[in-house]
Amino acid sequence: MTSSVAVRRGTYVDSVRLMQVTREAGRLPGITAALVAMATPTNLELLAAMGLARPDGAGPDDLVVALEARDWEALSRAFGVIEEALARAAGPGAPGGFAQPGPPRTVRSAARRLPDANLALVSVPGQHAFTEAMDALEAGLSVMVFSDNVSLEEEVTLKEEAERRHLLVMGPDCGTAMINGVGLGFANVVRPGPVGLVAASGTGSQQVVCLLEAAGIGTSHVIGVGGRDLSEPVGARSCLRALGLLDADPATQLIVVVSKPPSPEIAAQVRDAATGCSTPTLLGFLGLGQPDLTSLAEQVVAHLGRPAPSWPRWSGEPGQQARPGALRGLFSGGSLCEEATAIAAQALGPIRSNVPLDPAWALPDDLRPDGHVMIDFGDDRLTTGRPHPMIDPTLRRERLAAEAADPTCGVVLLDVVLGHGADPDPAAWLAPAIAAARAGGGPAVVVSLCGTPGDPQGLEAQAGQLAGAGASVHLSNAEAARQAVALVRDR
Amino acid sequence: MTADSLLAGEPVVVTAGLDLLHDALTAQAAVTQPVAWRPPVPGCREPLAAVMADRRREPANRAALDRLLSATPHLVDVRPAGEALGLERGCFLHAGPPTTWERAPGPLRGALMGAVLLEGLAETPEEAERLLAAGSGITLEPCHHRAAVGPMAGVVSPSMWVLEVVDTTYGRRAYCPLNEGLGQVLRYGAYGPAVLDRLRWMASVLGPLLRAALRSHGPLDLRAITAQMLAMGDEGHNRNRAATSLLLRRLLHHLVLSGAPSSELAAAVDFIDGNDHFFLNVGMAASKACADAARDVPGSSLVVAMARNGTDFGIQVSGTGDRWFTGPAAVPEGLYLGSFGTEDASADIGDSTITETVGLGGFAMAAAPAIVQFVGGQVSDAISATLAMYEITLAEHPVHRLPILDFRGCPVGIDVTLVARTGILPQVNTGIAGKQAGTGQVGAGLVQPPIQAFTAALQALAEACGG
Repeated sequence: MTSSVAVRRGTYVDSVRLMQVTREAGRLPGITAALVAMATPTNLELLAAMGLARPDGAGPDDLVVALEARDWEALSRAFGVIEEALARAAGPGAPGGFAQPGPPRTVRSAARRLPDANLALVSVPGQHAFTEAMDALEAGLSVMVFSDNVSLEEEVTLKEEAERRHLLVMGPDCGTAMINGVGLGFANVVRPGPVGLVAASGTGSQQVVCLLEAAGIGTSHVIGVGGRDLSEPVGARSCLRALGLLDADPATQLIVVVSKPPSPEIAAQVRDAATGCSTPTLLGFLGLGQPDLTSLAEQVVAHLGRPAPSWPRWSGEPGQQARPGALRGLFSGGSLCEEATAIAAQALGPIRSNVPLDPAWALPDDLRPDGHVMIDFGDDRLTTGRPHPMIDPTLRRERLAAEAADPTCGVVLLDVVLGHGADPDPAAWLAPAIAAARAGGGPAVVVSLCGTPGDPQGLEAQAGQLAGAGASVHLSNAEAARQAVALVRDR
Repeated sequence: MTADSLLAGEPVVVTAGLDLLHDALTAQAAVTQPVAWRPPVPGCREPLAAVMADRRREPANRAALDRLLSATPHLVDVRPAGEALGLERGCFLHAGPPTTWERAPGPLRGALMGAVLLEGLAETPEEAERLLAAGSGITLEPCHHRAAVGPMAGVVSPSMWVLEVVDTTYGRRAYCPLNEGLGQVLRYGAYGPAVLDRLRWMASVLGPLLRAALRSHGPLDLRAITAQMLAMGDEGHNRNRAATSLLLRRLLHHLVLSGAPSSELAAAVDFIDGNDHFFLNVGMAASKACADAARDVPGSSLVVAMARNGTDFGIQVSGTGDRWFTGPAAVPEGLYLGSFGTEDASADIGDSTITETVGLGGFAMAAAPAIVQFVGGQVSDAISATLAMYEITLAEHPVHRLPILDFRGCPVGIDVTLVARTGILPQVNTGIAGKQAGTGQVGAGLVQPPIQAFTAALQALAEACGG
């Protein structure tokens, strides 16, 4: 066995691209471990966990290529492959003949080259997102800040600036948006239709949109505003702006606001703005003891005078039974996790979580307590220095295997979010993992599958594989949560 | 554009960050332009965020830039430096940020010795050196502190004649000494008898003749000459052949009318015609007038001076007044004369980077295919050099245009935040002086400014906005 850790100083490649390169390298013959990553603290820990030496003085601006191989030949071959893959990642832009311009390096420069641009999608690491977003506003672009880990103060500054320039800021930590059928960030493919969403909740709005699609109701636009928009300091600035935009949009006949319940003052402001709209507006302030996303979708269906739908479900193993034990929820979507936690807590009592409903229910730092647990793997603290779990399944896959082997776990509840931007084939890793968990007499598995038939992954194909592996699969997250609770209780 | 029309059609999107999200847009056939984003220069995150959040910055930069671009420099006079700059006996100006005899490199020391000899403060080079080392009765001051600029060592003493430029829009004046030609010259640190004789002739014959011609001609519009020179293959720093010809053409009639003896006239015309860089100093004074127009706008992150004293490379920024931000001056990379090589070269020196400060020189490389050997040998290299500068500048010059780029305006207005965000440093063309005092020029080439100067300026801007 031989290994090597090389550092390329000052070389930057985005984390998702590096994950692809790492995966490619890890599959090469003779390679037993591979990590191609920026030398962030998280990645250096990962390196140590792989038993490889930590390179001297490497920092977050340096690229680390770490390989362990059966022999030198395999090692050097892998280095060659990584070299090529990284060169591809660097992209075109080399001048030839009478020089072509290199790629733009800032949002302002890119906006100059695309004179019709009206929106910037910023997904750089959170600590740098403010600068690029501000640059976008100065260039006259509305901006969607996909990045998380942006400070509250920076968010307020951005939204004040947008207000002065009559622009819109979606986010920060805005995972999804859709404008005239074009999905931004994580977005499901839906038909055009009468419903326009204002969402302070990314996967919450994806859930509503997917349920409406299943009920045959299309969506005009989804305007994400970021999870903190309706907080006191931010003052619902983007929400109010979005209400105005949707109210003025001829395609939108019903506006739906999806958010956690804000403070009474903010709620009153939003309610006033909604009352002032000439377009009917439903306020979906969701949370413990409030209606869930599914009932919000049902309200929309009723409002539009359509028959009450029955939400799709897929079951490969009718009458799936759980072994005795606790409920363990492993989520990638924050709002889906919250909703499932609220539903489970009403039935089962305290649910430990990294985003707890009650501070007393906070998880220990190792995230491994006894009893019922819900983990949001998309939470800021778990995504620092690594891609979102909707893109990178590593942490959830490891945890699923651990829960399957844990005799105190009775039921595992997972969400799977389809659509643009998300994992191109989640069933490819999840179905075998479910089958393995079920085969060993392990926990029952319930999947909340958020997607549409038009999504690149295909709703039916994914549902079929997951159900075939032994999971109960639900389009409605609330129904999935209720079934998981029932399975725990039935024992 | 406001968000009011955002929902009217499909979004047209600039993406910065994850390729995956850009690819998802491409898969939906959306019109996009990805940014090749990289993290900012290390240590700049906090000050960048503070400066980006400063409400004054954007309007301040617009105001500063507007002044820089609407300044109209005219050459109006040629006068003795003593009178024009209020220079007293014993006061010597030099290039770059403030420095001392102890820190001065060979070329600056040689030039100062020559100037001391020229002013009659010493009889021999050795005596001049002792006097300068002792420092009694000697004052050293940057040219920039007197609204002046000087190429290479940039040494100006009272009896040298300087070009006087007036910006007729804002009324500021700027000065630069007359160019001495190439080879053994004071600005490269040579101080032999031939050097001093030439300077005396310039003060007694050339200066007065040019003054007469200029006064007869009236204010000479330098913006127009600069625009024409760019169309004729000059970038205004390492190539000034076209502009020198244009200047001589404009003045010839008035030189002849001056009534000077034909032998003097012929010598003056031969001197200008025989020196392809004669216009450099005129262009520098014009550049200084434009850059100074943009000074002192609170909150502005626009660079208004870049200058080197052979030890430090310094910059000044509109929003931080007269403060210099410095880093070590590098040894230029370039082409060397005769048997000279890198080991003979002094570290970067001169105020001529004022041309890059206003979007000429290295920023206008695309205008000068004749000198592409400085940037790699191919025309595409010159174009790439200019194209890269659009990434760190705030505007395209409305008058200074580049034919080979379809008459796109020169990249102008270096923004400290853009340098810190991209890590792209200003492209600087330069002459190279020998490091031994008295050697003169050894070559010409390119030099990289130190990033520290820009990060220090960013930090100061951040502190100035309470960040």
